[in-house]
Formats: sequence, C-alpha cells, structure tokens
Amino acid sequence: MSTARTDLEALTAALRAAIGADRVISDRQQLRTYECDGLAQYKVVPALVALPADAAQCASVVRACVAADTPFVARGSGTGLSGGALPHADGVLIVTSQMREILEVAPSDERAVVQPGVINLAVTRAAAPYGWYYAPDPSSQQICSIGGNVAENSGGAHCLKYGFTTNHVIGVELVTPDGDRVHLGGRAPDAPGYDLLGAFVGSEGTLGIATEVTVRLTRLPESVRTLLAAFESTDQAGAATSAIIAAGVVPAAVEMMDTLAISAAEEAVHCGYPAGAGAVLIVELDGPEPEVEAQFDQVVRLCRDNRAFEIRIAADDAERALFWKGRKSAFAAVGRISPDYIVQDGVIPRTALPAVLRRIGELSAERGIRVANVFHAGDGNLHPLVLFDAAVDGQTERAEEVSGAILDLCVSHGGSITGEHGVGMDKAKYMPRMFTDDDLDTMQLLRCAFDPAGLANPGKVFPTPRLCGEIPGRRKGVHPAQEAGLAEAF
Amino acid sequence: MPTDAILDRLRAAGESTTDGRRPDGSESVRPAREHDSIAGVPARYVATPRDTAGAATLLRTAAALDLAVTVRGAATKQSWGGPPRRLDLILDTTALTGVVEHAAGDLITVVRAGTRLDELAATLAGARQQLALDAPMPGGTVGGAVATNASGPRRMLYGTVRDLIIGVTIVRADGVVAHAGGKVVKNVAGYDLAKLVTGAYGTLGLITECAFRLHPLPPAVAYVTRRTDDPAEAGRLAGTVRTAQLVPTALEVDAPAGGGATVTVLLEGTAAGVTARAEATRRLLGVDATACDGPPDGWGRYPWRDGDTGLKLTAALSGVPRLLAEARAAADRRGLPLALRGSAGVGVLYAGLPGTADPELVAGLVDALRTASAAVAGHAVVLTAPPPVRDRIDLWGSVDGLALMRRVKERFDPDARLAPGRFVRGI
Repeated sequence: MSTARTDLEALTAALRAAIGADRVISDRQQLRTYECDGLAQYKVVPALVALPADAAQCASVVRACVAADTPFVARGSGTGLSGGALPHADGVLIVTSQMREILEVAPSDERAVVQPGVINLAVTRAAAPYGWYYAPDPSSQQICSIGGNVAENSGGAHCLKYGFTTNHVIGVELVTPDGDRVHLGGRAPDAPGYDLLGAFVGSEGTLGIATEVTVRLTRLPESVRTLLAAFESTDQAGAATSAIIAAGVVPAAVEMMDTLAISAAEEAVHCGYPAGAGAVLIVELDGPEPEVEAQFDQVVRLCRDNRAFEIRIAADDAERALFWKGRKSAFAAVGRISPDYIVQDGVIPRTALPAVLRRIGELSAERGIRVANVFHAGDGNLHPLVLFDAAVDGQTERAEEVSGAILDLCVSHGGSITGEHGVGMDKAKYMPRMFTDDDLDTMQLLRCAFDPAGLANPGKVFPTPRLCGEIPGRRKGVHPAQEAGLAEAF
Repeated sequence: MPTDAILDRLRAAGESTTDGRRPDGSESVRPAREHDSIAGVPARYVATPRDTAGAATLLRTAAALDLAVTVRGAATKQSWGGPPRRLDLILDTTALTGVVEHAAGDLITVVRAGTRLDELAATLAGARQQLALDAPMPGGTVGGAVATNASGPRRMLYGTVRDLIIGVTIVRADGVVAHAGGKVVKNVAGYDLAKLVTGAYGTLGLITECAFRLHPLPPAVAYVTRRTDDPAEAGRLAGTVRTAQLVPTALEVDAPAGGGATVTVLLEGTAAGVTARAEATRRLLGVDATACDGPPDGWGRYPWRDGDTGLKLTAALSGVPRLLAEARAAADRRGLPLALRGSAGVGVLYAGLPGTADPELVAGLVDALRTASAAVAGHAVVLTAPPPVRDRIDLWGSVDGLALMRRVKERFDPDARLAPGRFVRGI
C-alpha cells in the first residue's frame, strides 16, 4: 500500500470523525458525480468529497486538510464556467450545498444573511414580499449559489446599473486556508482596516471559503420598462447603444444578439424576435416612474434615429419575460445549431464594439468556424459562442484558436479576458496576456498572506504555481506583453 | 551613511539633473523643511516624483537605504491615523498629476494619483460626466481620497471609492510596479488589489494611477430639507425616505451641537422626474419641508475643524435613530458640544468635538460612542484628534480580521517602512 493511499485513508477517517460518515464521500462512482463544474470539458475526480453542514464543520474539514497537507477546492452548485470548482485529484472537494439556510431577511437594515449554499434567486424570493430583492442576477440564478457568486464575483444582465456581487456583499464569515473562522465586513458599512472583503470577493476560492454571507438588498423598482429593437446590423445596434449611453441614460440592462444567436434562440424557445434582424437589442429601464417615463421615450427615439426597423415595447411582465427568454436561453440554444460550442467571456471598451465584431467575423471566416455573438452591450462584456463539431477532424483545435484569438482581441483593445465567468482553470494560461509577472507576483503576495501553504484551490487563477517562500526575482527590461502592446502600463 | 550621501543617492534616483533640479527649476528631491512632518513627526527628505517610473526608482532606492517612507498628497488629511513610528522620506505626489485618459464614450478615466479631485471634476464636466465621489476636504487629491477611503453624501447612490475604482497602479515598498484591474468596468481577472489599497492609508504601497468608472452629470437636481427638534426624529424621517420609491442620491442628517436637526434629501435625474420626486419627498417629510436647487450649509463637509476631534460612526440602517439619540445623550451627560452629520441613508455619521474640549471627557465620550455604535452593529473610528486626546484613546476600536491584515502588511512591506504605525493597531 502506498504512502499516499495510507494518508488518504487517515484523512478519510479524520473527516468522518469530524463531520460524520454520511457527510464524506469516498466511493469512486459517487465521486465521479463531482468530476466537473459547469465547464464540462475539464474532468478530474476528487480524492474525497466533504459536505459540511455548517461553518464549524467546514472549518473542521479545512483543518483536517491542513493537518494532512492536502489541497482542497470549494464548490457551490457547480455552475461555474471557468473550471474554478474543478476538483484536485489528490484533494478534498468541499461542497457547500448542504449549507443552504436563509438566516435572516432584514428589510429595515436592507440586508439578508445567508449560508453559502443558498440559491441566488432564493434570496430575491425571500426578500420580494417586503418589497426588496438581491440585485446581482447571473443567468444561472435559478441554480447557482451565493457562495459561488462570492467566489466568482458574479455579474448578470443588470450589473450595468447595479454593479456586481462585490458591490452587494457587505459581510462574510469565512474559513481561512488555515482553518480559522474570520468575519470581514458586516451589517454596517466601512469596517475599519484593510478591505479584505473586497479582495476576498472574486478570489475564486483561493483565499478561503465563505460560510456566511451578508448581502445588501435593493428596493424593487417602482417602474420597469423594456423594449426590443431590431436592426439590420450589429453596427447599427452598437451605434444605438452608444447613443443611449452618450445621452446620459443608465439603463438597467442593454443586451445584444447577432443573427446567428437569434436564429439559435428562435429554434430553441420560439421567442418570436423580428424576422430578418441582423441584431436585436433588449433595453430595460427601471426606477421611479417619472424618471423611467422620461428616459424611455428618449431611448425609443434613439433606437429609431439609429435605424431600428422594428421596436416592440413590453406591455406587461409576460411580454417582458418573452423578450428575455430568447436572450437567457441563448447559451443553451446554440446546442440546437451546433454539436459543440465554447462559451467565451471577454470584455472590451464598449466603443470598440464595431471594430471587434468585424475582427471576430474575419477570424470566423479565416478558420471556417462559426461564431454567434451574445453580449451585455452596455458594458462591453462579450459572450461569443464559438461553434464546432468535435467529430470533424481539426475543428476542436480551430475553435480553440478562434476562442483564444478573441481574448487577445479583447486585451489588445484595453479590455479583459473575463468579465464575469472568472479565470479558474480555463484562463489561468491567459493571465500573462493581461498582466506582467510583477503584477501576478504582487497578487501572489495577497494569496500567500491568506494561504502560505498553497492548499486553497491550487492551480487556479495563476498560470505558474509558486511557493510562498520564494522571493519574486526582479526582472529587467520591458515585459513582452507590454512590448507587444497587449498589456498597458497604466 | 552620512545624511548628504543619502540625499545624493535619492537625488540620483529622482530623475533629476545633478544639482537636484528639473529643467523647470523645481527640486525632485530636497532636504525636509520645517513643515515637512507627518502628524508631528519630522521627515528628513522630501521627494516629488512626476511619474510611476520615477516613483519606482525612488522607492527602490529608499528600500536599499532602509528609509521609512510616508506618502503625502495635498496634505488635507495628514492629521488622520497614527503618527508614523519612523519617518525619513516624504513621498510627495503633487507632481504626479494629470488625466492620462478620459474615454467619454466608455465612461471611464485613468488619472494620476496627485491630481486634485476638483481639477479632475472640471475636466470631466466638459463631457458632462463626473467621478461620483464627494470630497469632504476641499483641495484633496485622487490618491488621498483612495488611500483614506473618503466619501460623502452621494455614496448612497454611487457607492464609495471601492465601487468606482476599476484599476490601479501601485509601486510597492520594494519599488516594484504592479497593476491590477484594468480600464473596463466589468472585469474579474485576478485579485482586486484596487480595493485592497483603498483605505489602506498608504501602508501597502504608493498609488500612482487609478482608473475609475464615471457617471453622467444629472440634468437636474433638487435638495429637499426638513427641520426637527430631535435628532432621533430626523433619523426616523430618513428611514421613511429610504423605503419610499424616491431613489435619492443622498439622504443626510445634520444635528449641530447647538440642538435641532435637519434631514436633507438629494434627488438627481431628468428635469420632469426630479420635480415630481421632489414634490413627493416634500409631502413625505411634512409641511415644513422645503425644496431648492442648491445644497444646505455644510453639505458634505465633516462637522469639525482643523485641530478638533473627528469621528466616523457606523450603524446598521435601522439603528441610525438610536445612534443619533445615544450619541447626543452621551455628549450631553458630559456637557460636550457634539456635532453630528452624515449619511443616514447608508448608516454613516461623522461626529466632531472642539479641540479645546477636556481630553479626559472626550476620551470618555469616545468610549461611549464606541459602545453605542457596537450596539447597532457598527464601529466608531477616531479619524483625527489633538495629541492630548490621542494619548488617551485607541483610534480604531475593534478590528475584525486583524491577524490576516497583519499578514498582508508583512507580505507587502516586510520591513515595515511604509507609513509604519499609521493604520489600524500599529500596522
């Protein structure tokens, strides 16, 4: 019997003693259930799965991992799209889905306190009877967990106006990679000290595991108005978006789909978008009635001025839901028109949209790979869907080339390699295209402060594993990414 | 090393000509003068770099010479925080200025840290845009606002620095230049170091450039004000505004030491929308409420003057009326004239006491305010105080996560040369 096997048996026994045998999975077949998250092309079977019932158990599991010098990976609902919750083959997967109580809804404080396994939409459902809701709305909000949202700093269609998870999480209790339980932030704003909460949100499970989350609740808007505008081209739809932003309007959401994405959605959910559209825009305004009324007329006018050939205005919630149905189903819908696809996530300055879309079109034509475009047009967050057939020789490689080239395109326009899906496993290799070695070394300083042993979600976010004892060496000269104009020294 | 030799080494590092002067005659590195001190601690040298590269060379040299460094912008908040335990070099950012980029169509700007907030505002206003960050101390710099996490009334709608900053360039204690974030609003690549250095009082690195998201300037604004005799009643009125469908930009309470209180609601939006919402707010606040298009006296300013004691009290929202009442009562019991003013809509109140007040009594009141804040899930932090008060109190109160914070500091500044002692619990 190998030492590794002995160690694993000892750890299994320790975990069973700490949190109960029924909360530890070691059976190979059962472990396979957890081999991937929402990014299914990466699969790793974890050595063990632990399902703690509460924060104390979660801390016990982490302490057992530390004692056994074993890496651990936290997982919520497993809907992440960057492989952030991909298990470690020799590690423990700590699943927070059993910690799913809404501990408190306090409208008078505009706060809710929840456990990490609580589903995003459940927070809104619990707060809505009081007239409040939880604003971040990733498209997986019916199944994704708050703990996962915190790890990934999830966005959503409405973050254009309301911001991301980081703007709405005001306190966490976390288990540090040492197994300590620490509170950061709280019910009142501006806790004294470093904003470790701000650093923790979006750290993709590398700085610890959230075991309790205090979120800000937002007043349900008095008025919501939504329109669907059809254009002949994405250029026209992009010009309309620019005109809306330039007019000083901050819509709750501005979403765009191109013709390929529209036809996929049409086939999948029969959303009934205007026929012959080269692009559709969904624009939603919300807020106090008098403001929404004044600005909605302005938005309609700006869409017309930019040659929208059809504008539909949602008469009620049912029609609004229909507008959104096509958009929200777009990722899954392309499965109807292509056997395989990559969901990309990149960000560009919004004004670069026409140039970037043209280049994506060229890339698509050059490699013979179709790309359907769906995006949060208001904030320049692109979700190109790169379509391919893995059964056809060479298509997978060409699709990956196109997908990677799109990220380069984003970086070269001063954008980002990820707007909301996270770096995870999938994009760690792209980090040097956006950041210099010094930038990444500096981020590692934070990681080493939290996790000197490097046990929390190793191999994610950063391209090069580095021991915390290593002193980052000084480099001379200009970083290649900077030289190539890919990273800016701003 | 003899003092002159240190000065020579710094001058050589300071992108300057051999006599330490730039072509325009300004000195990039000079010996400290009488007023070059931080919270009463005199410095030996002052360096004024003009760009990130120059600052990096200086900090690398300071590291090699084991010099303790504190950053100074417009020096509007130098009395905040603890005095540095060690101080050799003041790194002055007032030449590190200018808007690097203002992409109006993308609603972002990149600006050097020494740029004054009011000058940035003037530049952005040309495109009818704003960095939606109030400057409670006039004349302050962008870097100073970020380093101290300063904010004002409009945080209710727009948030604070952490919600507006999207990218940062810092120079570490060892002189290494690092960036985080970027210049697009939506971006989750890498750790959010911009938030980490926000409110860190310059103890983790020198901020040289910041990228911010911008907002359009509103076409119309209205301030609706209502007076009451009782501060707690003002807190309750603020609560009714919060739950109405008014979406105020700011919701402020002002309870001066002389008694009474006002609630002021700032509304922004289209002309028609603001008129309608101001009328609805007036009805909600009661017959005495008045609307006008300019702010009341003292709007967005701290309720204290130079040399006074100034605190920041925080509370869970429902606890604001109670905190107002208890703070006033605690001050009355000690016969201290406590001025309270702040953002009732987000749970932040600032409290000011005259610098001439008896330090023993002030120290007792700080304790009482700390207890009152803790009872409503908040904190009481003393931002500034005259030395006799400082000697008797802990500026920060309880700090959650302190052990982790110390570890972060140790990683970023292992020799504790950056503003040592300025931040929480001696960090």
